[in-house]
Amino acid sequence: MLRLEKLSKTYKTGDQALTAIDLNIPEGQVMALIGPSGAGKSTLIRCINRLVEPTGGHVWLKNRDLTRLSAGGLRRERRRMGMIFQEYALIERLTVMENVLSGRLGYVGFWRSFLRRYPQDDVDSAFRLLDRVGLLEMADKRADELSGGQRQRVGICRALIQDPDLLLVDEPTASLDPKTSRQIMRLICELCAERQLAAIINIHDVALAQMFVQRVVGLRHGNIEFDGPPESLTPKVLTIIYGEEDWERTIQRIGADEAADE
Amino acid sequence: MSSELDSVLGKRWKKPPLIRRTWLRRSLSIGFVIYLILAIATIEVNWLRVYEGLDRGLLFILAFASPDFISRSSDIWTGMVESLVMTVGASVVGIAISIPIGLGAARNIAPLPVYLVCRGIVAISRALQEIIVAILLVAIFGFGPLAGFLTLSFATIGFLSKLLAEDIESMDRVQAEAIRASGSSWLQWINYGVQPQVMPRLIGLSLYRVDINFRESAILGLVGAGGIGATLNTAFDRYEYDTAAAILILIIVIVMSLEYISGMIRAKVQ
Repeated sequence: MLRLEKLSKTYKTGDQALTAIDLNIPEGQVMALIGPSGAGKSTLIRCINRLVEPTGGHVWLKNRDLTRLSAGGLRRERRRMGMIFQEYALIERLTVMENVLSGRLGYVGFWRSFLRRYPQDDVDSAFRLLDRVGLLEMADKRADELSGGQRQRVGICRALIQDPDLLLVDEPTASLDPKTSRQIMRLICELCAERQLAAIINIHDVALAQMFVQRVVGLRHGNIEFDGPPESLTPKVLTIIYGEEDWERTIQRIGADEAADE
Repeated sequence: MSSELDSVLGKRWKKPPLIRRTWLRRSLSIGFVIYLILAIATIEVNWLRVYEGLDRGLLFILAFASPDFISRSSDIWTGMVESLVMTVGASVVGIAISIPIGLGAARNIAPLPVYLVCRGIVAISRALQEIIVAILLVAIFGFGPLAGFLTLSFATIGFLSKLLAEDIESMDRVQAEAIRASGSSWLQWINYGVQPQVMPRLIGLSLYRVDINFRESAILGLVGAGGIGATLNTAFDRYEYDTAAAILILIIVIVMSLEYISGMIRAKVQ
């Protein structure tokens, strides 16, 4: 469904963030993208919806080449890709409902959005999503009144109300406590399963990634160093991606955690 | 323990000086003192004149004890109304024009040509002092509040556009990015991604500008651009210090109440 073909990005400073990435993501697959800071994870997902312009290669979303779209075409295709951000990226001064409805901006005209008169269907689905993530009573609160976990739930609603085919998720748990992190990851993965969404999740926490996803891709210096199921992440693989460390503990803990979770 | 650590243990720690080079630091301080001495030495004060002037100064200050609101009340009233009309009109028009120019002058949302044009407008407006603009406009439009209104509108543009643009440039990029990622159009992006972030500052700056415009309107009268300044000028010319005192007291009261109101509003919009 999503296919990256020799996707590359060189920043103006000369830093090569991505070197000819080839990647194929079938429908409904949730994939974790791991790698050290600066490996190009954020650049990779931002090149897909062109928040960062790739300098080479192609991005195919359902047989449409996103890298060749005009401004208007790009806007239409962006509606098909929901994005969830590291620091939630909610508009702090707007209400929860406005934040969720902002996911519909690509579908409604300027005056409707300016006057906040969204079609009833959009309002209904916003309420449904807020109910699904347990924030229905928060609808009229301002986004900056919520806790981190609640904000990220609103971020998830905003992405899902776009009715996307693909979720681009950038470090969803980076600023959350361990318990909330798990809840958020579980929620994202459940919602993807419910709606048959594909997702790319950038994540620092290898153990957390292993718990929830079907496929892990390891990035280092803008190259794919690993691509496989979470079980085959061995200390050797982690050493290739991140460099020398004692990885046994990280991986062992996953096994123990999962046993405890059962 | 490393030898590097040994060498620093037991030594006092001082904050590194702002200017690293000792000779440069010393010569700058000495140069500053010399400059100060020379500068003070060049001030010419005619102490005899100051002594004579003290009386007049005292008279002026004493007039505040007996301000005369009555004898020129109709002039004061007309001047005040004119000033307030100028202030409100110029603020509304100036702010309305400032917003698009401010958007254009923010490098992170405007393309380069638009940016340069808008920054150019801001630069021109800021470079020309209000009084100079007022003199020019009085020459064109004649005496009266129209020239003052146009002057203040023009000055508002330079002030507000610049500060608005700077606020936009320092906004949280990721919030705006999130809106762009949803497939919004440019206007929607501004409305959702940018406007909520800069709104408190825009409101605060606008209120502050209303305040400035009122104070300026009192000055512009001196060059014939209407408002309370004209009345004030006449009062001074006639040595009617008690009337001048009354006008100044009114200006102070209005500026203070504007300050109070804007404080209240700013606290509300945080």
